[in-house]
Amino acid sequence: MRPFAYERATDVRSAVAACAAGTADGAGAVYLGGGTNLVDLMRLGVVSPGVLVDVTRLPFDGIEETAGGGLLIGAGVRNSDLAAHPLVRRRYPMLAQAVVAGASGQIRNMATVGGNLLQRTRCSYFQDVSKPCNKRVPGSGCPARRGDHRNLAVIGQSEACVATHPSDMAVPLAALGAVVHIEGPGGPRQVPMPGFHRLPGDAPERDTVLEPGDLVTAVEVPPLPFAARSRYRKVRDRVSFAFAVVSVAAALDLEDGMVRDCRIALGGVAHIPWRADRAESALRGSPATEAAFAQAAAEELAMATPLPHNAFKVPLARNVVVRTLLDLVEAP
Amino acid sequence: MTTVAAPYAGTALDRVDGPEKVTGRARYAYENLPADLAYAVVVQATVSRGEVRAVDADSVLQLPGMIAAIWHENAPRLAPVEDAELTVLQSPRVAYRGQVVAIVVAETLESATEAARLLRVDYRAEPHDVELRADHPGMYRPDHVNPNYATDSELGDPDTALAFASVVVDATYTTPAQHHNPIEPHATVALWDADGLTLYDATQSASGVRATIAPLFALPPESVRVISPYVGGGFGGKGAPHAQVVLAALAAKQVGRPVKLAATRRQMFAVTGYRTPTVQRVRLGADEDGRLSAIVHEAFEQTATIKEFAEQTTVVTRMMYAAPHRRTSHRLVRLDVPIPTWMRAPGETPGMFALESAMDELAVACGIDPVELRVRNEPTIDPERGLPFSSRNLVACLREGAERFGWAGRDPEPGVRRRGRQLIGTGVASSTYPVYRLPSQASARAEPGGGFTVRIAAADIGTGARTVLTQIAADALRVPPAQVRMEVGDSALPRASVAGGSSGTASWGTAVLRACEALMAALHRRSGDVPPGGLEASADTAEELRSQRPLSRHAYGAQFAEVGVDLDTGEVRVLRLLGAFAAGRIINPKTARSQFIGGMTMGLSMALLEESVMDLEFGDYLNRDLAQYHVAACADVRDVDAFWIEEEDPELNPMGSKGIGEIGIVGTAAAIANAVYHATGIRVRDLPIRLDRLIGGGI
Ligand SMILES: Cc1cc2nc3c(=O)[nH]c(=O)nc-3n(C[C@H](O)[C@H](O)[C@H](O)COP(=O)(O)OP(=O)(O)OC[C@H]3O[C@@H](n4cnc5c(N)ncnc54)[C@H](O)[C@@H]3O)c2cc1C
Ligand code: SF4
Repeated sequence: MRPFAYERATDVRSAVAACAAGTADGAGAVYLGGGTNLVDLMRLGVVSPGVLVDVTRLPFDGIEETAGGGLLIGAGVRNSDLAAHPLVRRRYPMLAQAVVAGASGQIRNMATVGGNLLQRTRCSYFQDVSKPCNKRVPGSGCPARRGDHRNLAVIGQSEACVATHPSDMAVPLAALGAVVHIEGPGGPRQVPMPGFHRLPGDAPERDTVLEPGDLVTAVEVPPLPFAARSRYRKVRDRVSFAFAVVSVAAALDLEDGMVRDCRIALGGVAHIPWRADRAESALRGSPATEAAFAQAAAEELAMATPLPHNAFKVPLARNVVVRTLLDLVEAP
Repeated sequence: MTTVAAPYAGTALDRVDGPEKVTGRARYAYENLPADLAYAVVVQATVSRGEVRAVDADSVLQLPGMIAAIWHENAPRLAPVEDAELTVLQSPRVAYRGQVVAIVVAETLESATEAARLLRVDYRAEPHDVELRADHPGMYRPDHVNPNYATDSELGDPDTALAFASVVVDATYTTPAQHHNPIEPHATVALWDADGLTLYDATQSASGVRATIAPLFALPPESVRVISPYVGGGFGGKGAPHAQVVLAALAAKQVGRPVKLAATRRQMFAVTGYRTPTVQRVRLGADEDGRLSAIVHEAFEQTATIKEFAEQTTVVTRMMYAAPHRRTSHRLVRLDVPIPTWMRAPGETPGMFALESAMDELAVACGIDPVELRVRNEPTIDPERGLPFSSRNLVACLREGAERFGWAGRDPEPGVRRRGRQLIGTGVASSTYPVYRLPSQASARAEPGGGFTVRIAAADIGTGARTVLTQIAADALRVPPAQVRMEVGDSALPRASVAGGSSGTASWGTAVLRACEALMAALHRRSGDVPPGGLEASADTAEELRSQRPLSRHAYGAQFAEVGVDLDTGEVRVLRLLGAFAAGRIINPKTARSQFIGGMTMGLSMALLEESVMDLEFGDYLNRDLAQYHVAACADVRDVDAFWIEEEDPELNPMGSKGIGEIGIVGTAAAIANAVYHATGIRVRDLPIRLDRLIGGGI
């Protein structure tokens, strides 16, 4: 049997201390949220931590309003509760829609906001310890690049890794510019999205900017009144219970047929939830027309460098951006 | 239990084992816990071809709870049998990645799992070849195809007929490898004692497992008992024993304790069989009215290097439509891949995807309604065997199905119907499945205290066999079903054929009926008096089956699909599926309906989702769990319905039934692909019909 210790943290400081202690003595400690990703990966032998520090009993399981109309979402909030929260649904419909579009009801009841943000890629080589994978074993190689990569990245990937970040929830969070609250061995700090997840570069083993022992305590969603007109569109092979092939989170601020402001992020295309900055700047101040949307999408996707089996994601992403924006124009 | 009046055959009797199943009292193979049980976990090859050079058992034997590590050097010797899938751990050769090269046994599942992970196996790897291509130089002609059909067939001069045909369709279709994925993974608990070997096994044939396993251990069949009262689905994957049954028995023998071995979902993608991928070329030649002059159907498929399984993909084409000139063939290549096997309607399922897609292409080419085209090519006798049909109601299924589906007035123009952002289309395909009946035995016993016990080593793999046999027995014994105790799933019961080939009800039903008739006769002779020890009679149908008239016996059906294809994303949604079937007498409408719509659902899943992806570099199937191997979820299955046509056919069996377990999956994928063409104008000839095939196709 592969023994590991299980600790249930009761406050943030002791959780961080427990995790740091585990790390220091070489046993490798990690936080345990709902376990829907971590436990699977332990079973597969992809990770074998010495200590699990259960953070689901910490008092960060609430959703609070912040001054100015934003929300502070505790890292321990269950995905189901996040999606059902009236303020989330009213202020950020795309966030509620994204969460509901993910996984299954049972998994969403277990999964936490922190765990969702930090879930690992679904690249099948990453999950198979009998094969090389730079993300799992740095320097071992990336068989996905020459093998099966239909579901993997088309933008921002590197020679070392072409994985995608699988989270639906993270896509609207990136669009909203959410801020991740972190409690680390060195104290608290905040990291805005995008910027929290990393592009693979030559260190694909690092999904995020978190350092060992860093605990995510909350995600703060800034106020953004026009996000009340927002949408999440997820394209997938199976109608439910499937990861996104491509997804789009978009919010539109319209005035007299013109785009005053907008937010767009893409899922399923990159190692990170991909904020479409170029498309956004192209659109600000332009007419809210199909042609303008298509032009903006094309500008964003011009940077795509797809692989042989996932080139279809580029036209797909373009279509979905355009359609989602048009839907927002037609019906708020 | 529903109260219904005799005759009970033909009524919707609730499943007699429903209460056991929903209360958890039904005990499945994995749930048997004999005293002193040890747990085995397999170690799978991480090379696709080569040899095991060394196994470092010391690396795990000192782990807590370890009992043994077994590999080819220390495994008990098995008697040589032909089936190399079963002669496990007898040689260092590795024939495919994922093949079992060692097995560890421990006090707990956790210890065994960990030891299996840590066991160091050293290989000498050789270059592998795992890619199926129609032009593979290793393509050969197998002696026959499953189960025992001629490999090739030819009638007339198809090449000349094609050359002179006014309309020709010549297209190549591919279907990917698919895995059965029953809800219950394969599991075996093996136990040796003075009487021999007992196996609690998840199988579609207790008698078959006994007959196959006994010789491996040089035992007479009576010394092996296989107990399998409940099985959580099989789809052919549990039709014949795979390595895990032998491994459990071998490990139990080696350690001298009962051993449990269950495959994990991931292991099932290598060790419990799958449906071969196929490449199929279909050529149809017809006149302007769509009357076929030539049909040529060639299949290219794979098998493993250590065992041949030749899927009978084009056999169905030999009797489907009339045409004077015809040819069918099968070519196989031995690759360094896991061993393919039966999967729900082997042959018909991939074969009818190709043939029925090609028929749709012909309908388009001739400008003829696809229902009409099929009716026009209806044969009067079996075109290649020259035999009359015992009954054939394909036309009735097509007509009645079209009527109920609302086919009339369909505009054949592709790509022109819109509903919101969806393109809408409809499609049709024929369905069929042969009628098989295999010899079986049964016994029926009048109990002294009243009531009857009927015994047969049949398998109820979730189909409702136990219920249907109860109905057949109740009618023969002229008592309500509640007075019949049906015992199945145990090799100690009278020997029965496999739950396969949709032959169960016909084969076992005949035996049960004959045993009950014999008992009734015996009771009659005693004026109904049951002696204190009870009264028993038995039957063996071997003789009766031999005297069957040569006829072409098949069930038929027609499937209609409506799909919506998202214009922006290419996502295909099946909005409606309707199946019309003519399958003899339906003995239980409730369990029959669930077989039909279950098969159609699996067909939908095959059409849109299921694909085992071969990793060419490493030589294994990559997507080895249900998050990656997509099986239709409830949300994919919106409106699936089936009905059947009353069919009287006295040439089948005393019940007048045809098999219904497999026909539901046959043709579904073609009906959906044809509907996708009608919706979009894009002909998808490669399954599954994923959105990238449509986005790429320029939707
Ligand atoms: C079959 C299946 C289908 C799925 N489909 C989808 C889908 O369609 N879309 C989608 O978005 N997701 C999907 N998921 C993934 C699911 O959303 C994640 O598993 C889940 O969100 C993870 O949350 P958790 O709380 O269970 O995390 P855990 O499994 O507990 O943890 C995940 C990771 O986060 C770390 N962690 C957890 N909490 C913290 C914290 N507070 N601070 C720092 N580190 C932390 C853990 O150490 C671990 O590395 C699916 C999962 C499965 C199994
Ligand atoms: S894409 Fe990334 S995760 Fe996948 S095999 Fe390559 S390195 Fe590993």
